[in-house]
Amino acid sequence: MELVVKWLPYILAGISVGGQFALIAIGYTMVYGILRLINFAHGDMFMIAGLIMVYMATALPLWMSVILVLIITVVLGCTIERVAYRPLRQAPRMSIMISAIGVSYFLQNMALYVTGGLTRTYPTIEWLQKNITIMGASTKMVTLITPVLTIVLVIALVLLIKRTKIGMAMRAVSRDFETSALMGIDINKVITVTFIIGSFLAAVGSILYFSNYTGIMPTSGSMPGLKAFVAAVFGGIGSIPGAVVGAFVIGICENIIKGLGLTTFSDAFTFVLLIVILMVKPTGLFGEKNIDKV
Amino acid sequence: MTERINGSSNKRNMVLSFIALAALLVLVYVLDIVIKPTSSWNNLMTCLEKGTIYALVAVSMNLLNGFTGLFSLGQAGFMLIGAYAYAVFAIAPEDRTTVYQYYEGGGLIHFSLPHMLQDMMGGADAFGGAIGYYLGIILLMIFAGLLTAGIAFLIGIPVLRLKSDYLAIATLGFAEIIRSFFQWEGLGPVTNGSNVLRKFASYDSSIFPVLVAGVCIAFIVMLINSSYGRAFKSIRDDEIAAEAMGVNLFKHKELSFVISSFFAGVGGALLAMFQNNINASPFTSNMTYEILLIVVIGGIGSVTGSIIGSYLFIACSEWWLRGLDKGEFLGIEADFMTPGFRKVVFAVVIMGIVLFYSRGIMGTKEFSWDGLFNFFRTLPARIAGIPGKIKAKFSAKKHKKNTKKVKEAQ
Repeated sequence: MELVVKWLPYILAGISVGGQFALIAIGYTMVYGILRLINFAHGDMFMIAGLIMVYMATALPLWMSVILVLIITVVLGCTIERVAYRPLRQAPRMSIMISAIGVSYFLQNMALYVTGGLTRTYPTIEWLQKNITIMGASTKMVTLITPVLTIVLVIALVLLIKRTKIGMAMRAVSRDFETSALMGIDINKVITVTFIIGSFLAAVGSILYFSNYTGIMPTSGSMPGLKAFVAAVFGGIGSIPGAVVGAFVIGICENIIKGLGLTTFSDAFTFVLLIVILMVKPTGLFGEKNIDKV
Repeated sequence: MTERINGSSNKRNMVLSFIALAALLVLVYVLDIVIKPTSSWNNLMTCLEKGTIYALVAVSMNLLNGFTGLFSLGQAGFMLIGAYAYAVFAIAPEDRTTVYQYYEGGGLIHFSLPHMLQDMMGGADAFGGAIGYYLGIILLMIFAGLLTAGIAFLIGIPVLRLKSDYLAIATLGFAEIIRSFFQWEGLGPVTNGSNVLRKFASYDSSIFPVLVAGVCIAFIVMLINSSYGRAFKSIRDDEIAAEAMGVNLFKHKELSFVISSFFAGVGGALLAMFQNNINASPFTSNMTYEILLIVVIGGIGSVTGSIIGSYLFIACSEWWLRGLDKGEFLGIEADFMTPGFRKVVFAVVIMGIVLFYSRGIMGTKEFSWDGLFNFFRTLPARIAGIPGKIKAKFSAKKHKKNTKKVKEAQ
């Protein structure tokens, strides 16, 4: 019982952070599945969503700013795809990755300019930050909401991919880009839908994530972004359930490490996990095997 | 006959290169004496030093990304190792208690190689002492490079078996692991934990980093032009074909990775000296991204491109575009030019280069005297050809003839 009292807060925090990472990781894994691109800008978009929330909440009622944050982030995601990735569709993979790094650099500098380099306080969403007690461990409402919301969204997403026409198109494109284009699938439309879903989930994740923290900085997005990507690799890139499982594993392990008093290594752990998985099973937990053809 | 012409032009180019390099060194030396640290022209010296250091790091990254085709993003981590390996062993014993103020007895290490050699060879005022001091610095820099290379060797064994983006993310991960390792309190008596290391030995004249970086870059160029370099390029162009031709993939990748890391470590040591203090926190993935963008601006696969790109990048971010932060740029005044605006403009320009000019300044070409002379020799003809080009809009055939005539005239 003592053990439970000691570790429950860490595990609860881990599940909550894991859920938030899962929402970001889905964006990574879907874009990678279709474009074979690590969207380095995804983490920064998550940060921008947080900043938009900060500025919206100063002028508008909370419910309206939440809706606006979701819409603006989706528009931003599609704009990035349209401007920075679409012109390079025929280019080598390295240049599109460099373009993603350039977008990330631009978004961070833009945020730096707008915020003036200061940490901005995230608006309090009272309903999410209400204190509750679970089995003697005091925590915030967001801890409970996050995993539930994550699972609901993931189920909806899986249904979308398995049952709808656009979902079928997405599966086809991720299997074979060129053949599906030959079969009459509008590739650009599929990619746009992918970015819409990814950005939407990143925006939801950002609201949940930042309401756990007091402040937001231009560099706040890069670390969660990288961790979410590691989660996607861990679960097998291209696989949505894999990304979710990976994110929960990373979130929980990280908080247990914090509980052991090794906070400096909580970030490093994620990357150790990444390297171990790449060594042992490069395709991840649920990934499909890829064979290189000459 | 052609051979003789080539031979004499090679000799001419060698002489020209030597003259240019000597002139450059003399210029740096003179500027270093003339320009006072307080004058507004000191920006030039800052850019020169920092640009040189970044040039070395960018060229080392280009060796990996541009010449071997390994998309590695671990450069900042390797620079960090080099910087710490240098700084830890270069703090004078009497300063250690103030630098390592949170650790009992001034940390674990109680000697400084440059200061030790200085004392051994005649003390601070003697000429021999100065030689000893610089000898210590150089030895430490080599140590920093070797340590970085050693760690890179170990990292390379698992990581280099990965392909393209997996390799990128794994090296990025290792860089982050290295950073958190150096910030760990458990290593505090050596690395000073997350506190700043300062008061270590540093160079006095700007000519030092220029010389060191020059020698290192010359070595990399020689490597690229050797049979190893050809093997690297063959791996970049087609891994499977290279393997079929008998190039040992893993051995050559590891070699390129280790050598690149060695020079990243030396670059890190130089950066530590340039800044006069060092801390693990700025060596994030963003630093690697900046170096990568320098390589892209210069042209992936061009050493001279990386050097030009690095000076341009540093000059823009540290000097030329400063006005954008202060509200006045090229005589334009505007309220929206507040701190940080410079970086936004800069990022937009970089995105423009990445999207529309992805070959960079030099592409995969290198600077050559022949190219330069050719440029100036054909310049009048090309200017004369401009009306022809306009006409060519009406008849493309005519234009072809025109340029042919120009070429024949030469």
